[in-house]
Amino acid sequence: MPVVVKIPTQLRAATGGAASATVEGATVGEVLDALYEQFDDLRDRIADDGGLRRFVNVYIGGEDIRFLDGLDTVVGDGDEVTILPAVAGG
Amino acid sequence: MSGFEPLPQTPAEVFHMPPESLTCKECQTKYPLEASYVCERCFGPLEVAYGSPAAGVDPGALRRRIQAGPQSLWRYRDFLPLEGPPPRTALPAGWTPLLRADRLAERLGLRELWIKNDAANPTHSFKDRVVAVALARAIELGFEVLACASTGNLANAVAAHAAAAGLDSYVFIPADLEEPKVLATGVYGTHLVAIRGNYDDVNRLCTEVSGEHPWAFVNINMRPYYSEGSKTIGFEIAEQLGWELPDRIVAPVASGSLFTKVARGLEQWLELGLLDGELPTMNGAQAAGCSPVATAFAAGHDVCRPVKPDTIAKSLAIGNPADGPYALELARRTGGAVNAVDDDEIRAGIKLLAETTGIFTETAGGVTVAVLAQLAERGEIDPDERVVAVITGEGLKTIDCARDTFETYEIDSTYDDFEASVPLPGTVAA
Repeated sequence: MPVVVKIPTQLRAATGGAASATVEGATVGEVLDALYEQFDDLRDRIADDGGLRRFVNVYIGGEDIRFLDGLDTVVGDGDEVTILPAVAGG
Repeated sequence: MSGFEPLPQTPAEVFHMPPESLTCKECQTKYPLEASYVCERCFGPLEVAYGSPAAGVDPGALRRRIQAGPQSLWRYRDFLPLEGPPPRTALPAGWTPLLRADRLAERLGLRELWIKNDAANPTHSFKDRVVAVALARAIELGFEVLACASTGNLANAVAAHAAAAGLDSYVFIPADLEEPKVLATGVYGTHLVAIRGNYDDVNRLCTEVSGEHPWAFVNINMRPYYSEGSKTIGFEIAEQLGWELPDRIVAPVASGSLFTKVARGLEQWLELGLLDGELPTMNGAQAAGCSPVATAFAAGHDVCRPVKPDTIAKSLAIGNPADGPYALELARRTGGAVNAVDDDEIRAGIKLLAETTGIFTETAGGVTVAVLAQLAERGEIDPDERVVAVITGEGLKTIDCARDTFETYEIDSTYDDFEASVPLPGTVAA
């Protein structure tokens, strides 16, 4: 099912400037894999050893996926996945 | 006095550690000194990297130069990431008292204990330091709007410093913040945005907003500069101890920025030869209701699993700490730890500090004192150590915590009622 992924400004060089992308996937992991297929340069910047780099946060509907099922979190039609840097705040 | 007065610059005493780049702490990629905070290659945090001083360092001359500076954090301007002098309108943050706390030391069985009282800042918390540096750099970079995601103390500081400098400001807070912190922010004439969510929700929204608006979010796109302000706590502790290091520092951990930067400042001075010895043992303090770093420390992990905060220590209620991995690394490297205390211990910590030092701190200070007491009780502090506890904020901001912790003798205005109702010194109430 189609899911909108919001891309942070720091990664838009890898998406040709696009601030969001619509991809297919049943879980967050599948959504990200589909995103990497669309924008190959994103893979190295976000993914690490089958998971996510430690300073990458991924949210679904505003909730950190680490409070859900991580990359196995199921996404529904119309859900919005947001990728953001983890180093803000404090 | 304004926050800035020119430093003496005789040819023999010119010194400046020039900021050279923003460098990724993870992969060392270098970036220009602009308003950015994330490595575009690996998403790691950016930190200001400095070049070597132009001339050789004469520690004696450098100490004299610092001592001749203003009584604010700008006495350490040479070690901060600015191109020129800070704005003349800057509120004079820093140079707060370091107080010997003999009565508290005695209660805890320690020999030498000092309290770094950062409640004595213009808006009554250490956040004036980080905002002062971020604001000065934001003006250098041409920003006209200052903003932040805040648990309260930062909100006060951003609103006040922006007002002093004549900048517009936007302050984002969780909607359930303590009322004194809300009132002490709104009074400065800021755009106050209360988010229905916790701090981590506020931070997430602000991270998105910062990507879309050309504003200087002090703790997001200005974070590399902002965090450098916390180094000045370490500088002051060392200078106020007569250019000596303590054996141990106990400080609160929320994002981990203050905790790691206090040590970073001391490391820089050790590298320059301004100080001798080793980095102090670094003890971090968290509230049990929001202790992702203490939990990771206890479990031996090098990353923090985020938590949903539930604690009275709202200024430390960051469930997703940006500098968590670095705080863990620092505590382990220096033989320290990151410990957690519950809400009752936090209230007891506030009261213990107040009753033995005359300093009324907010909940974050209660966390720090409670962890200090915990370490002392467990025998983890050698009684001969020189210990510094960093008190980061003012008790009036979380004044509800003092409610119902003491007795008030309400009497008629007669001497007889006074005699009958109020115990004499050394006795207890009937």
